[in-house]
Amino acid sequence: METEITAAEKKDLLERLLRGELPDDSGRFGPFGGCYAPETLIPALERLQQGIDRYLHDPAFLQEFHDELTQWVGRPTSLTIATGLGKCWGAQVYLKREDLAHTGAHKINNALGQALLARRLGAERVIAETGAGQHGVATAAACARAGVPCVIYMGAVDIERQAPNVQRMHQLGAEVVAVQSGDRTLRAAINEAFRDWVSDPDRSYYLLGSAVGPHPYPFLVRELQAVIGREARHQMLDIADGLPDVAVACVGGGSNAIGLFHGFLADESVALMGIEAGGRGPGLGDHSATLASGRPGVLHGCYSMLLHDDQGQVQETHSVSAGLDYPGVGPEHALLQAIGRVTYTTATDDEALAALRECCALEGILPALESAHALAGAKRWAQDHPGRRILIGLSGRGDKDMPTLENLPQDLPGSRSS
Amino acid sequence: MSVLPHERISAAIREPRGHVALVPYITAGYPDKARFIDTLRAVSKVGDVVEVGVPFSDPMADGVTIQRASHAAIQNGVSLAWILEQLAGAEGIEAPVVLMGYLNPMLVFGFERLAEVAAHAGVCGFIIPDLPCGECRPALEAFERRGLALIQLVTPATPDARMQQLCEIGRGFTYAVTMTGTTGGAQSLPADVTEYLDRVRRFSSLPVCAGFGVREAGQVRLLGAHADGVVVGSALVEHLEAGGCPQAFLQSLLGAGKLSR
Repeated sequence: METEITAAEKKDLLERLLRGELPDDSGRFGPFGGCYAPETLIPALERLQQGIDRYLHDPAFLQEFHDELTQWVGRPTSLTIATGLGKCWGAQVYLKREDLAHTGAHKINNALGQALLARRLGAERVIAETGAGQHGVATAAACARAGVPCVIYMGAVDIERQAPNVQRMHQLGAEVVAVQSGDRTLRAAINEAFRDWVSDPDRSYYLLGSAVGPHPYPFLVRELQAVIGREARHQMLDIADGLPDVAVACVGGGSNAIGLFHGFLADESVALMGIEAGGRGPGLGDHSATLASGRPGVLHGCYSMLLHDDQGQVQETHSVSAGLDYPGVGPEHALLQAIGRVTYTTATDDEALAALRECCALEGILPALESAHALAGAKRWAQDHPGRRILIGLSGRGDKDMPTLENLPQDLPGSRSS
Repeated sequence: MSVLPHERISAAIREPRGHVALVPYITAGYPDKARFIDTLRAVSKVGDVVEVGVPFSDPMADGVTIQRASHAAIQNGVSLAWILEQLAGAEGIEAPVVLMGYLNPMLVFGFERLAEVAAHAGVCGFIIPDLPCGECRPALEAFERRGLALIQLVTPATPDARMQQLCEIGRGFTYAVTMTGTTGGAQSLPADVTEYLDRVRRFSSLPVCAGFGVREAGQVRLLGAHADGVVVGSALVEHLEAGGCPQAFLQSLLGAGKLSR
């Protein structure tokens, strides 16, 4: 469980990552990752690994996935030159528009890929968790498309603040289970989804929505989301005539960020920046800034950075954005931080709300509150680095956040009259 | 040479007080923190080995009862360090104690230190449901040096080759999870449970204890015919929550002593 990494080891780990050797056979990204799952789930995780080995490089499967991404999801998603923001920030700003993907967020890339995999593996039902509801909606849609029934676990707190997405899941034929245990947000929803899976591991497929969880999920989710970075890199060369100076994405569990970053890991000139939820501030329980202020630990099957106290109890978290309101983070992000390839900072609730407003006003785009954290972080970077080229992962659209935005006190940034 | 802690566990299961070894589970410091050692002492008068639950904020393999108990215990300030302190000062515990809990609090405590402090406190072994054998080497090595057991769980879905491996690295007893699912869940045992237990016994040179979802004397009798011991968790915790006497409840599971040897 040693996490001190020397400079030579950092270099070696980055090289291995670039050669596609991480995670290794034991599911490790350097010291992070692994498979800390109950014995009941080990056979199911081994079947998943066999499915990945068999299908993720199978031309027929990849063709099906590609065709569905093109025809059904609407990929490639646009790269938008954000002239209004660029002018305001004194930078060249480009938005990778995952909000334009079917169901309104990057989550669909992973949900579709895993739903197709679940069907190939003969799953009779799909289980998923959701925080902001974007993964739930994506899973409901992908399962309807693949013809597999699904059950979505969602914290009671999130059901309230993301009501439009709950209705969408119902319309798409999913069963939505309100989770009343624990903190009643994403973390409790994952606990409950695991409990369901433990109860029925043979017939069920757990469609995990972020780059977290026991091996092989962090790998699988990254591979399915890597399309974001691949497209964005081509589009930058095509439209912007060069690579960005920095690529910025929000990080909760970290699936859109890992997908974007993977396209640029080998490009030394491209700085990479992940923005976590700074919430109300740095106080205990007031934020979800796992990489910025956590310590290594094990939650939901993987060893990664974690917000937990000195007794090892996982901390309560807060973010105005349900999708970032999670005490853990994907193990590959923990590695990327440890080897210094990606810098992780935070944006507060207020900064994110202000960024959301600015994006609405100057670009005519309502971003998700999650994505607004990336905008806020990018703006700060632009102020320190004038005139540079900034690529921002706009991970999703903000329609789902209307209940939160409508309920804001009038004097806060982001409220309608402020 | 003195008896190693993990050997005490095996011996207690092999020579039970009743017709089958009973392995009761209590969540430490629940429902009454002040009465933790009293409750443990009472339970140890009937139980052959006692599992003491270390509460964790995210018990993902547990059903509603243990979730509720864990949450309340944490609220009351129960921690791994507190439990070990209490155990170190306890007297009159008449059965070997094993700690059952999730990995993260133990990881934070540190396995070397945990092994040392636990051995000093008289703990004989550990059950860590989210530490599968592929990840258990650091814990195993630290526990082994102190003669402490890292009890391995097997399930009906565990293939033969893996079951053999788990039975070989295990100490104390082999914990045969009788059904897939969380603790305390279903009311009836699966139909093929006896064949499954016979399969576990073929691989295990250690005594075998069956658990998950055991609530009645009839189930204890059925499982006892095919396993060396039976684990009782959620049903006992619910009995304690209701203010019941643990000894009487555990005796009732053994058929009020009628079937005792």
